[in-house]
Amino acid sequence: MTRTTPRILAAALATAVLIVVLSIKLNSFRDYQIAQIAVEVTAVAGLTVLTGLSGQISLGNGAFMAIGAYVTALLMLHLNWPFYLVLVAAAAITAVAGAVVGVAAARLHGPYLAGATLLLGVALPSVAYAYQGFFGGDQGLDVNFTTPGFLGVNFPLTRWEAWVCSAVALVVLVLLANLGRSRVGRNWRAVRDDEVAAALAGVNVARARILAFVVSAACAGAAGALLAIVTGLVAPEAFTITLSIALLTAAVIGGLGTLPGAVWGSLVIVLVPTYATDVATSHGLSSSVASNIPVAAYGAVLILVMLLFPQGIQGAVRWLLGLFGLTQISPAPTWRDAATPAVTPEPNEKEGAQ
Amino acid sequence: MVEFLQFTLSGLSFGMIYAAIALSLVLIWRGTRLLNFAQGGMAMFTTYIALEVIRQTGSYWAGFVVALAAGVVLGAAAELVVVRPALGKPELNAVIITIGLLILLEGLAGIFYGGQYRSFPAAFSVIGLRAGSTPLGVSRFDVFVALAVLAATLLLAVGFRYTSAGLRMRAAAFNATVARLSGIRVARVITVGWALAGLLGALAGVLVTPSTFLYPNSMDSIFVFGFTAAVIGGLDSPLGAVVGGLLLGLALSYAGGYLGSQGSDLTALVALGILVVVLMLRPDGIFAGARVRRV
Repeated sequence: MTRTTPRILAAALATAVLIVVLSIKLNSFRDYQIAQIAVEVTAVAGLTVLTGLSGQISLGNGAFMAIGAYVTALLMLHLNWPFYLVLVAAAAITAVAGAVVGVAAARLHGPYLAGATLLLGVALPSVAYAYQGFFGGDQGLDVNFTTPGFLGVNFPLTRWEAWVCSAVALVVLVLLANLGRSRVGRNWRAVRDDEVAAALAGVNVARARILAFVVSAACAGAAGALLAIVTGLVAPEAFTITLSIALLTAAVIGGLGTLPGAVWGSLVIVLVPTYATDVATSHGLSSSVASNIPVAAYGAVLILVMLLFPQGIQGAVRWLLGLFGLTQISPAPTWRDAATPAVTPEPNEKEGAQ
Repeated sequence: MVEFLQFTLSGLSFGMIYAAIALSLVLIWRGTRLLNFAQGGMAMFTTYIALEVIRQTGSYWAGFVVALAAGVVLGAAAELVVVRPALGKPELNAVIITIGLLILLEGLAGIFYGGQYRSFPAAFSVIGLRAGSTPLGVSRFDVFVALAVLAATLLLAVGFRYTSAGLRMRAAAFNATVARLSGIRVARVITVGWALAGLLGALAGVLVTPSTFLYPNSMDSIFVFGFTAAVIGGLDSPLGAVVGGLLLGLALSYAGGYLGSQGSDLTALVALGILVVVLMLRPDGIFAGARVRRV
């Protein structure tokens, strides 16, 4: 752990510099996309830890994002808290919600957990419709986020948002990378691979599973807070099941259980639809066709990536690096595969954040 | 009392739709151990095909039959082309592939038919039936919906119980290796399961769309509740799927009816409540068998 931490910090710092340079070079729409990608990375990283490391599927992390976003909107609207405090509060409150869900989920497995979390993702945003007075119903709540004074009046808001979101995403990635390598992360992997063996080895299985939900929810809550400032509006429309499904999709497409995979997956789900829209509109297609080609293309990309790269994009990257002798090829452990031995000590140690 | 009867009957009618979707998910789960997230999307697509056929021929029943046939083809094709290559890979890959298929179908529907809401004809009158002068809260078409799903369910049950093809399917679901050793072509049996699931989904699509409108996402919420019904009943149990569907249909109907406008906003929350209670008591659904755990 002590040997790898400087490497992680160096990578995060380099990425931060790259993002700052990019955000200054690129136009404000690209800045907005950087912010969007950072929001996704924050949420997907939390989910990939939950599903990939602790072995619990969640189709409801969109609901946690909704909690984070509404907490943000309400705190900024009524109490005028500064954003950094709001962010911490949003993550903390969502973590509590994650603990509640985690306790309920601790006994559930596979599709039953998927069903329960999916319904959570559908049900929670509907609360906003039922209590319109407090949550603003359909219209949602406005979030007023501005650039800080020291940057001057001409500093573009989108660039500042890209910085804030990327900073949070990087901090979350560094924290999760360290957590994955710590005793907590080893316990998660032990529980994922074989609950009985883990329990016999002295791991508190229920506690490990619930903690994974708490961490994952806190990340989603922070992502929700970021989403609130990026879109400037918190409305239930933003938190449909499509969002929850997109998060899981990004985690698996990128390479489940790996943090670089969370970044690849987020890039795919943000950039593929935008890129396909650009191509479709530049060919002068009718609007109903042009607006749906990205959807169809996105679906096709998901299918193809899964068929061509079973270990996700990160799996393909590792394989490529292996070809050039840059890293040793280790067969990435399959998710809850009955054939893998209960404890795979060596490769797992490196898996967290290569 | 009259209100209660109305809510019960309309709950049963919607419950049958959820049951059909749940049953199709159970068919696939038993064969492939996979949740097919594209089930609703496939039903949406076959309903568009039905609408097209009805427009061209002017006959509702031609559209109805073509939709069911398209469901069979789509189900089998999905299994053969995109799902089978992913089996044996990490478990979630096939799930993501079905999600990709769902998104692809929704995109294609948007490209071919546009995103606007279309109305879909019903086979029979949708005017509420009356017993004497009291309205029953259901129409002739609702009765047809319930009977059609019931007939399909019974046919399946009889087929599974009394035909050799049904026996093969049960054997393959029970233990694929042993079934294979006794000469059953398990792969083919699984494809047939997907085809039947496609048929049930298509049936549900044609039956539910007159009351929801048709658009690329029109089956999303129906799928969510069908999935919930399957989970409540237990994913290995066809009977559980039907019971789960009816239970959920009734509960949502009562919630929407008695809790007023707030209740209809919170139907999903009511469903979540039921699901949580059921899963707390029976983590693998109401009709789950004893849990086998490999150590």
